[in-house]
Amino acid sequence: MSNFSIPESELMSSGHLACQGCGGANAMRYALKALGPQTVLVMPACCWSVIDGPFPHSAVTVPVFHTAFETAGSTAAGVRAGLSMRGDDETTVLAWAGDGGTFDIGLQALSGAAERNDDIIFACYDNEAYMNTGIQRSSATPAGAWTTTTPAGHTKDRPKKKILDIIAAHGVPYAATATIAWPDDLIEKFQKAKTMRGMKFIHIYAPCPTGWKSPPELTVEVSRLAVQTRLFPLLEIYDGHDYHLRRDIDVRPVRDFYKTQARFAQMTDEQFDAMQRETDAHWNELVARHEESARAMA
Amino acid sequence: MKKVLEGNHAISYGVKAADVDVVAAYPITPQTQIVERLSEMCGTDFDARFIKVESEHSAMAAVIGSSAAGARSFTATSSQGLLLMHEVLHWAVGARLPIVMANVNRAIAPPWNIWTDQNDSLSQRDTGWLQIYCESNQEVFDTTLHAFYIAERIHLPVMLVLDAFFLSHTSEIVDVFDADEAREFLPPFRPIERLDPNSPRAYGNLTGPDNYYELRHKIDTAMRDALTVAREADDAFYNLWGRRYGIVEGYRTEDAATVLVTSGTITSTARTVIDSRRENGERVGLLKMRLFRPFPVEAVRTFLARAQKVAVIDRNIGFSIGGIFAQEVRAALYGASHVPVFSFIAGIGGRDVTPKTIGEILDITAASERPDRDVYWIGVKDEQLLYTGI
Repeated sequence: MSNFSIPESELMSSGHLACQGCGGANAMRYALKALGPQTVLVMPACCWSVIDGPFPHSAVTVPVFHTAFETAGSTAAGVRAGLSMRGDDETTVLAWAGDGGTFDIGLQALSGAAERNDDIIFACYDNEAYMNTGIQRSSATPAGAWTTTTPAGHTKDRPKKKILDIIAAHGVPYAATATIAWPDDLIEKFQKAKTMRGMKFIHIYAPCPTGWKSPPELTVEVSRLAVQTRLFPLLEIYDGHDYHLRRDIDVRPVRDFYKTQARFAQMTDEQFDAMQRETDAHWNELVARHEESARAMA
Repeated sequence: MKKVLEGNHAISYGVKAADVDVVAAYPITPQTQIVERLSEMCGTDFDARFIKVESEHSAMAAVIGSSAAGARSFTATSSQGLLLMHEVLHWAVGARLPIVMANVNRAIAPPWNIWTDQNDSLSQRDTGWLQIYCESNQEVFDTTLHAFYIAERIHLPVMLVLDAFFLSHTSEIVDVFDADEAREFLPPFRPIERLDPNSPRAYGNLTGPDNYYELRHKIDTAMRDALTVAREADDAFYNLWGRRYGIVEGYRTEDAATVLVTSGTITSTARTVIDSRRENGERVGLLKMRLFRPFPVEAVRTFLARAQKVAVIDRNIGFSIGGIFAQEVRAALYGASHVPVFSFIAGIGGRDVTPKTIGEILDITAASERPDRDVYWIGVKDEQLLYTGI
């Protein structure tokens, strides 16, 4: 028996091409620890297209199939069907997409896979903008954020798309959020997803020091703050309606999160207050759903 | 076993005979019956998964995934659906996946038109897909098997192409057989590379100028090798079932002074016109273009270089330059022959190409020593232009 709750096996190697403090790189490391070597990765265009390393290198020791930007859901569905037709129902097919490949250009194929309930795990490592192309806004970019296409004076005025709600609305067996600040929680969710059949969606918060203008050494801290401020609650939704909200985490004001990143430097006190109200309202809504789910179970 | 099948169902039976593992497809007129029949067959008549995707783009992406996992994979589409796939058509080629796709030739919108022409498939000319154009439903069934035979030997995807309605919805007697019989021609798919956790590899990683160039050169080489492999497939098929098509087919070309060049179902009509002109003593012949990619340069030279005139009929248009087959024929003959090549446009958007149309084309060709224009549009109605806006 290991003394550690986190598996000691390393399926991701050093020498990868991620920026310092990359949340997406850490997320992959933990996800692979959870899933083990019997995994095939399907990777659309995203930071990981680069992080994995140039031909003939690869930073992971599982098979990787790079695919077109908008095709993570559909290609992964095909890999699943192909493996199964070869008699392999055991290998986990993991689609690993950024927020662009999930929230935006990849949403149609993801929705198709979710609606068909294809037996895959779709993980989105969400760094809240098109970081691989150099920090352009996506529909995952939060209101108030600077990016190169929401520059100073024109910072984003629309809220972050509620991707978990969208995927859960397909009635998939499992949709969850996770962050690298709670690695044991993240690993547990991937391990759970591995044992379930059908579509599993895991939304990972993945700070990007390069794009968020945050100190690389604070990536875990920023991840923790996102959860503590309830901007990114840790949540599981089973079958599209059974909500399990993690409520044992000390709460902090949203301002504490925003202050760690220069991308929010333009935000005013009024905007902070507005975000606090929105976040509180969303939290209360989640609590209500959680309690409703608990009642339904009882 | 002989069946009465429309072209679309001939494909479905071909897919069954090929013992395909994974089908992913999205319906589009006039391809729909392929998908419908396969929906009934997959998992019932033969062991296969059918992924009912939400778009053609996802259809191609899904068969890219299944083929990469080592499963024999098929899809079918037409027109707008093929155009939507364009990005991932290139992906299938770069990933060297032996996917087979049926494309039912249909005109491109706007304006909406569901009838046949070839601009959808010919727009994909440089994706690296093989393209085989069929003339009959028997050829459609047989070519489905040829396509997998060729694709799995050269590691490139193959598109078999048939005319909307003239083949897709027209019933003919088709001699079909099952996977048990077909296996002698088409053994089970044994890819040399596939996604396998026991042998982890990364496919498609960032590749710089040092290697990308050679990878594209390999695709070009494989495409050229496909000419030989396509002939092998034709021979092997003939030895088992007595039917052969060639990569091109010369029809009454011996001693022909004028040779028509056609593809698809216009070929059948042209055969009858050639026969009747021959009865009148005219030295005319026909070259059917079955393979478009790889382009059979040597075969085209063999059949056309010694003719006095060549007349190419294109059910497609390369705007401002003429028919697309005509351009390719001219390029193939360059340096090998000075034979004048007349480019005729006919039948676009499903306009009928009748024996009279083809007769007119032969008459125009007979009337001039050389073409007096880049392209002859046959049967353009002046009155109609007055009412169609720009």
